[in-house]
Amino acid sequence: MKVRLDQDRCVSSGQCVLNAPAVFDQRDEDGVAVLLVADPDEDQADDVRQAAALCPALAILVEE
Amino acid sequence: MVHDTLAAFPMSRAARCPFDPPPGLHDLRDQARLTRVRLWDGSTPWLVTRHAEQRALLADPRVSSDATRPGYPFPGPARPGADKIGFILMDDPEHARLRRMVTAPFAIRRVEALRPAVQKIVDDLIDDLLAGPKPVDLVEAFALPVPSLVICRLLGVPYADHDLFQSHSRNLISRSVPVEERNASFRALHDYLSRLLEQKVTRPGDDLLSQLVARVEAGELTLADAAGIGVLLLIAGHETTANMIALGTLVLLEQPDQLALLRDGEDPKLVAGAVEELLRFLNITHTGLRRVALADIEIAGVIVRAGEGLIFANDIANRDPDAFPEPAALDLTRDARRHVAFGFGVHQCLGQPLARMELQVVYSTLYRRIPTLRRATGLDDIPFKNDGQVYGVYELPVSW
Ligand code: HEM
Ligand code: SF4
Repeated sequence: MKVRLDQDRCVSSGQCVLNAPAVFDQRDEDGVAVLLVADPDEDQADDVRQAAALCPALAILVEE
Repeated sequence: MVHDTLAAFPMSRAARCPFDPPPGLHDLRDQARLTRVRLWDGSTPWLVTRHAEQRALLADPRVSSDATRPGYPFPGPARPGADKIGFILMDDPEHARLRRMVTAPFAIRRVEALRPAVQKIVDDLIDDLLAGPKPVDLVEAFALPVPSLVICRLLGVPYADHDLFQSHSRNLISRSVPVEERNASFRALHDYLSRLLEQKVTRPGDDLLSQLVARVEAGELTLADAAGIGVLLLIAGHETTANMIALGTLVLLEQPDQLALLRDGEDPKLVAGAVEELLRFLNITHTGLRRVALADIEIAGVIVRAGEGLIFANDIANRDPDAFPEPAALDLTRDARRHVAFGFGVHQCLGQPLARMELQVVYSTLYRRIPTLRRATGLDDIPFKNDGQVYGVYELPVSW
């Protein structure tokens, strides 16, 4: 699985950090999401799919 | 087109079902995914009824929050200038620029760092409840103070002024208060925030308003805009969460098996899931999210024309059987995370991490510490906020 994050679209909702904390973090200055792992392991896959589905700004792109 | 037969919106709930969306809304939902309704001023915007279309359109850049555009479906005669109440009635890029000025304290890590302080606020208020007379109004003594204390601390607003900002907020989000009075309340809140911001120029604190003052001094923001953002955060920060606390407690008292899950469970995951389910089930923003189309949009077999209004009834979308099996059941163990109680798209609730954390602390503490908590009056005697833009109860007398 490959993950891409478009920080320009991010609205700092925190949904990705809540649902996939091993893969996403937030910047201190404005809460914009940061991608920690671009090619997460299989055991993270469900969390990442969940985060992408919940991202209100459609900023997370998952390629299986 | 003849619009005489269109359903009026908003609709009334059934008297015996204070926790469910209006029956008429269920009917519309079953008839069409998008349908026209008639508003108080005779305008006939689209009502979007289904979960899938709500998510698609709320995240569509051709759908605008700009209330200065013709066709925007106002909930009533009060017409706040889009530039006056923070960024909620603006579009990107200006919306994004202003929103990002205040996102930092709502990041998950920052909100988690506040959890012990919120736990203490909740515990202290429960100590006071237990030491005080009963029955007591849970709204006044608990549901309103918890989020008010928290947002005051975060913004740097003195809690001693809570009578002032709570009463003006109540006016502003009521549908029954006359326009002049609501406008006066808005001006009073705006003036109040302006004065606070001016005080923070000389005496800055470790709070969000002081950070806005720094933006004003750097020339990135006018004082009026900063005050508008302050008004938005202050109102949204306490009224919504307060209603979730009181209404959530009431529905749990009606469904003791569900309440028992929170009272007897230890698992933070269960508590977090319960909060999502209560947000879905109660969906307190019951007059719908308002937008206007910027271009012709083809969706679900209809064409929404540029300039037409759109209303997203998120209460009925949260009861969509395609998104949530057995949607009419309150089931704290279900996965309700896809709810749209915080909206969707770039305007999705800024305060959601804070609201979640506050509700997790409240729901996991109140029923454990007062296990015999009960309604002190009949359900029929509880005054529901049917006239509010945000649903809830005006009073909830409880005993134990
Ligand atoms: C359970 C409690 C809450 C609920 C149900 C709720 C619901 C919502 C909803 C539905 C929206 C979207 C409006 C739209 O798209 O037009 C929204 C936006 C917003 N909420 Fe909340 N909210 C809650 C708590 C809070 C708290 C605690 C704060 C602040 C501390 C807050 C601040 C905001 C702000 C600033 C916006 C505007 C965001 C934007 O336009 O970008 N909310 N909220
Ligand atoms: S879920 Fe989307 S909008 Fe929210 S913080 Fe993550 S990337 Fe940003």
